[in-house]
Formats: sequence, C-alpha cells, structure tokens
Amino acid sequence: MTAKRNSKLVDILLIAMMILPIVLCILLQILFKPASEGINVEGAYIYFTIPMPIQDLPITESQVNSWAVMIAILGLCLFLTRRLRTKDVSVRQHVAEWMVEKVEGLVGENMDPHFKSFGPFIAAILGLSAFSSLLSLFGLYPPTSDLNVVAGWAILVFALITYNKFKCGPVYYLKSMTKPVAALTPINLISEFATPISMAFRHYGNVLSGTVISVLVAAGLGGLSAAVLSFLPDALSSIPLLRIGIPAVLSIYFDVFSGCLQAFIFAMLTMMYVSGGFPGEDYYARRDKIKAKKQNGGN
Amino acid sequence: MELAIGIILGCCALGAGLAMIAGIGPGIGEGNAVAKACEAIARQPESKGSVTSTMLMGCAVAETTGLYALVIAILLIFVAPNMFVGILQSALAV
Repeated sequence: MTAKRNSKLVDILLIAMMILPIVLCILLQILFKPASEGINVEGAYIYFTIPMPIQDLPITESQVNSWAVMIAILGLCLFLTRRLRTKDVSVRQHVAEWMVEKVEGLVGENMDPHFKSFGPFIAAILGLSAFSSLLSLFGLYPPTSDLNVVAGWAILVFALITYNKFKCGPVYYLKSMTKPVAALTPINLISEFATPISMAFRHYGNVLSGTVISVLVAAGLGGLSAAVLSFLPDALSSIPLLRIGIPAVLSIYFDVFSGCLQAFIFAMLTMMYVSGGFPGEDYYARRDKIKAKKQNGGN
Repeated sequence: MELAIGIILGCCALGAGLAMIAGIGPGIGEGNAVAKACEAIARQPESKGSVTSTMLMGCAVAETTGLYALVIAILLIFVAPNMFVGILQSALAV
C-alpha cells in the first residue's frame, strides 16, 4: 500500500517538475520585466549579469526560458518512462514507445546504418526546439527567436558534421575539399561555414518573423480599433476591441505550425548533413583494411 | 545634425524595403515546388506522406535566401539606426 502511495507521490512530483519551471518563468517575467507598449520589438531582456574576468556574463530571458524547457522535458521523459512493463502496458508507456519508435524510424530512414544510435540526440533537438517555440503560447519569450541559442545548436551540429567528415583521417578530409576540381576549394570552404550559419538563420528568422508580424498586426489592430470605435463612450473606446480573437489565428500559424515545422526541419537537416558528410563506403573499406592488417600483424 | 539623422533613418527604412525584394525568389521557388508536389500526389496518391515531407524540406531550404534578406531588414530597422546615429554623434562630438 505504501509503495503505491509513494509512486503516486513521485508521479505528482514529476508533473510538478513539468509545470513549475514554466510557471516560475511567467512569474519572473511579470515581476522583473518592464511592460512594453505599442510597436516594440526587442531582444531578450537581461535579468542580471554575472561579473567575469574577461567579459561579463549576461543571464538573459532566453537562457532562463530554455533551462525551464529543458527541466520540463526532463520531467516529461521521467514521467513517461516510469514503471515500464512488458505486460499490460499503461497509456504513458504507449506514448513513450510511440515517440521512440517515430524517432528511430526517422533516423533509420534518413541516415546511414552507422548512425543507429543517433535517435536520442535527434529526439532531444526535436523536443527542445519544438517546446522552445511553443513557449510563446504562454506569453513567454521563445528562446528560439534569440540568435545566440539557435547558433549554439548550429555550432554543435557543425562540430558533429566535421567530426564525421574526419572519420577517414585528416588527409581524406583535406582531399575531399578539392573534390570535383581543385579550383573549387575556396567555394567548398565557404560552403562548409555556410552550413551552420544558414541553419541558425533559418530557424531564428522563421520564429522571429512570426513574432514581428504578430506585434505589427496587434499594433495595427489597436490603431484601427481606436479609429473605428471612437464613437463609443470613453471607457469602451479606450479598449482595443478589435485585438480580441484576430491575432489568435496568426498565432496558430506562426507559433504552433511554424514552430513545430522548424523543429522538424532543423532535425531533418541535422540528420542529412551529418549523414551526408560521413564518407560511408570509404570508411567501411578503410575499417576493413585496418582490421585485416591487425589480424595479419597478430598472426 | 537633424538633416543627417533624418537621412540615416530614411536610408535605413529604404534599405530594409529594398532588401525584402529578395522575397520574390523564395516565393517563385516554393510555388514551383508545391505545384510539382501537387502533380506528384495527383499521379501517385499513395506517396503523399513522403512527397509532403520532402516538399517541406525543399521549401525550407528555398526559404533561406528570403530569410537572409529578412534578417538584414530587421537589423536595418531595429539595430542599425541607433548604431549609425551613435557613430555620427560621436564623430561630430570629437
């Protein structure tokens, strides 16, 4: 009996772990962020700065919010994977299995068989990106509309791509730079560095453009309602009545659809670039050669 | 001084508007991609899922040039005027 009660308690704690960070973020925003009026598109608000020897470290809204999303996702994962069984499976285990199967299927479809273990990484990128974008539904600042956050992910992906290109040794990598013709080397170098930049700008630009358009539409509707509804008595005409409802339609596209689509695209591009940079056939041939050499040396 | 600041602000706005001409390219490209995807689905309705996901990927890649222009335009509207006016004022103060 006590075991059952304890597991209920853990469940409740995990649900609190999912919800509390978001609530805390909203409270932080209400308490510390100054209110803005009208057409005002700003970067992330800096809560405080930590003095550092070389440069001060600003703790911004996007950092706080992305940590909240990470904790919430951790809580969700722990909640879904509690009490796993092989017989009479619970609903949450079905959900967890569905997620894992989907991501593994995606990875298996789009990547080399060498990257079988890439599922968790792709799922992490997908979940973090999607939930970060969806954070704007709560009125919070979505971390993905800050270039720094997305650039960090893109640099991580760039490091992975380069690591996998080095799988056949540095000489092979340098040779692959001069691949079609030697004269194309500078262009190859540029395209190497264009990959993370374009990935970061794509994600950030899509989310930010949604925010900017939403702000412009809200401001425009406010002005319109002040002009159209000015015949109403004072107390009523000061409320921008046209703002009710119409921005919600935009929000469904920009926050929900576009956010999830960009998460999917970021994950897809990660898989394609990493798998595309991996020199498949040559790597296997080289590995077999090394193995054969070792066996010969041993004998 | 006022004239110089006015010229800076006006040119930033003009530049932002001109930068967004780049929106034409992704529009045409994505339109083509979606048209071809519709054709493919009409020809083979059973391949709808894979065609749709491939089309979305292609659209995202085609969108990139437009997004570069968007980032430039946003920088020109929200970041550049303050920076340029600051440079002007510091240059005149010396």
